[in-house]
Amino acid sequence: MKRYFHNLGEKIIEGLITISGTVTSITVLLIVFYLFKEGLGVFSQTPVAEGAVLAIHPQNPVKELSAAEVKEIFDQNITNWNQVGGPNAPIKLFEVDDITDYYTEEQIGPDFEYLPQRINELVSKDPNILAFFPDEYLAKDFAGKRLELDNISVSQFLGGRQWYPTIQPAVQMGVLSLILGTLWVSLGAIAIALPLGLATSIYLAEIANPKLRNFLKPVIELLAGIPSVVYGFFGLVVVVPLIQDVFGLPVGETALAGSIILGIMALPTIISVSEDALRTTPRAMKEASLALGASKWQTIYKVMIPYSISGISTAAILGIGRAIGETMAVLMVTGNASVIPSTFLEPVRTIPATIAAELGEAPQGGIHYQALFALGCILFLMTLAINLTVDMVSAKKKANR
Amino acid sequence: MAFANNTSTQNSKRLSQNVAFWIFRLLSFSVVAILVIILGFIIVRGISVISWEFLTQMPREGMTAGGIYPAIIGTLCLVVGSMLFAFPIGILSGIYINEYAKDSWFKRFVKMMTNNLAGIPSIVFGLFGMALFVNQFGFGDSILAGSLTLGLLALPVVIRTTEESLKAIDNSFRIGSLALGATKWQTTSRVVLPMAFPNIITGLILSIGRVSGETAPILFTVAAYFLPKLPNSIFDQVMALPYHLYVISTSGTNIEASRAMAYGTAFVLIMIVLLVNLLANWLRRYFSRKVKMN
Repeated sequence: MKRYFHNLGEKIIEGLITISGTVTSITVLLIVFYLFKEGLGVFSQTPVAEGAVLAIHPQNPVKELSAAEVKEIFDQNITNWNQVGGPNAPIKLFEVDDITDYYTEEQIGPDFEYLPQRINELVSKDPNILAFFPDEYLAKDFAGKRLELDNISVSQFLGGRQWYPTIQPAVQMGVLSLILGTLWVSLGAIAIALPLGLATSIYLAEIANPKLRNFLKPVIELLAGIPSVVYGFFGLVVVVPLIQDVFGLPVGETALAGSIILGIMALPTIISVSEDALRTTPRAMKEASLALGASKWQTIYKVMIPYSISGISTAAILGIGRAIGETMAVLMVTGNASVIPSTFLEPVRTIPATIAAELGEAPQGGIHYQALFALGCILFLMTLAINLTVDMVSAKKKANR
Repeated sequence: MAFANNTSTQNSKRLSQNVAFWIFRLLSFSVVAILVIILGFIIVRGISVISWEFLTQMPREGMTAGGIYPAIIGTLCLVVGSMLFAFPIGILSGIYINEYAKDSWFKRFVKMMTNNLAGIPSIVFGLFGMALFVNQFGFGDSILAGSLTLGLLALPVVIRTTEESLKAIDNSFRIGSLALGATKWQTTSRVVLPMAFPNIITGLILSIGRVSGETAPILFTVAAYFLPKLPNSIFDQVMALPYHLYVISTSGTNIEASRAMAYGTAFVLIMIVLLVNLLANWLRRYFSRKVKMN
């Protein structure tokens, strides 16, 4: 009997352990599920805000407008219907606030009760009108032609350069500038961190004496432990003003500031991974090189670096991965302007910073909310690609041995 | 002639080596210098702000005066909450991977997923925590939702630490215990785990440091912009140190006036990291000495 319970207990514990073992897998799958469930929703939404109507005169031949065209029209960059496939006539914009230009308060009614009727009159009277108003003011017998904008497409989302997720009347959901901003800042960070990190790892692995090494290793570990918000704060109060002064810029919040801070943050990863890689060089190879009369330095760059090159590239890739996903530090120092950067001295905006800055204001389930989750999907896929590359490189290395 | 040539190549070889090594030395020390500058800057500016009042009072006057007491308590709640979740599951999961799982596709899959989880950016954890814990489960912005999100983030670290520590235990101990008639769980719990304990505990302490400084995962799951009271239950929102630092240094009511508060908060965060690292190092040394004495 006792033995039976003993066995039962053993089985229960074994079950618990196995269940715990699957938690990470379940979490990853759940993350994928929720990200994509919310994120893909953005592609079944139209760019016109919910509860709003875009309407034109019934005889106007224009059938559809893209979100970008709507924005250009309301920004007065497109002013003639023939630019969007209509007759040669100026576009007359009408928003609901303009109603007082056409009708007196009495005609509208004290509680706007005649407003739907008046809008209806306006739209059916003026052949050049483009009206934008809330659908609560849509008359029952509305005579105008409602414009339906196409759903946001994947190519528009990925290839669009304009990110105005809350603009009226049609939101602009182009994330190209955010993707490029992320890559731009991360590559800049690696350009700073890789030479510094590689040099340090060589120094630690080969040159420094053990005592110095035992001092340096924990110091570099400490660099990895500093919270990103502290890096961001340091960047904000030290690096940003410095860049502003040195380059004489109007603002110091630039891609360069982001790259410097991210570079520092990527250092510990790069140093420890490439140091480990250098240490895997077989002793026999090093000694053979030294025995042939090569100096220590020649051995390092002709034998050790070529031997451990895959480990060093893993270090670089992991460093990029760390930089791509970093949120707070970047949010605090890059200025967050959603434009495609042309130099490092301009503000940029990255994907994580966009999510962090905007999710708090996006109503749950709305198009903006979904678009931010879609950005999360892109970020997830980027880091997944990086992880898989690293896995592949290290698997190849193992197979070669 | 040939002999002379030889010495000159020798000399140039030595020269290039010296130059290269000096460059490496300089670059390595510049990495240390960066750390010293960052830490030094924040410690020098922050230490004058630190006082008993700063640590034990509510923020006042639009967060330009008073203290950071609720943020300290909030971070403490989040650390404890996330560790209550991550430690047991992570340690059991590490035991599963190293002790129980047979070498199969499933084990490789679990390891791969753990790796992937470790590589997911913290802001994505924030998105996920918001979608699942805050909205789907209806926890709202709460300590519970924030702790679970942070716990998931810490999970891969705990698992890896456990796995590595277990791996370092020589197989003969397991075989010996099993040969004496102990069951698998008896072997794991009474022989393997006690031996791996020092390394596991060091890793766990380091993960506390990481969790206490994370900002992105708590942005949308728990952190309150300004909430000068202490939480009553796990369904309350709290302030947290890293988020507080972000708020008062970028979007507070008066950024210039709250600079001093920001330095103080950064100082406290840095101190947590330093203490956690020192503690971990001390424990590592303490345990290794103990093992030697045994």
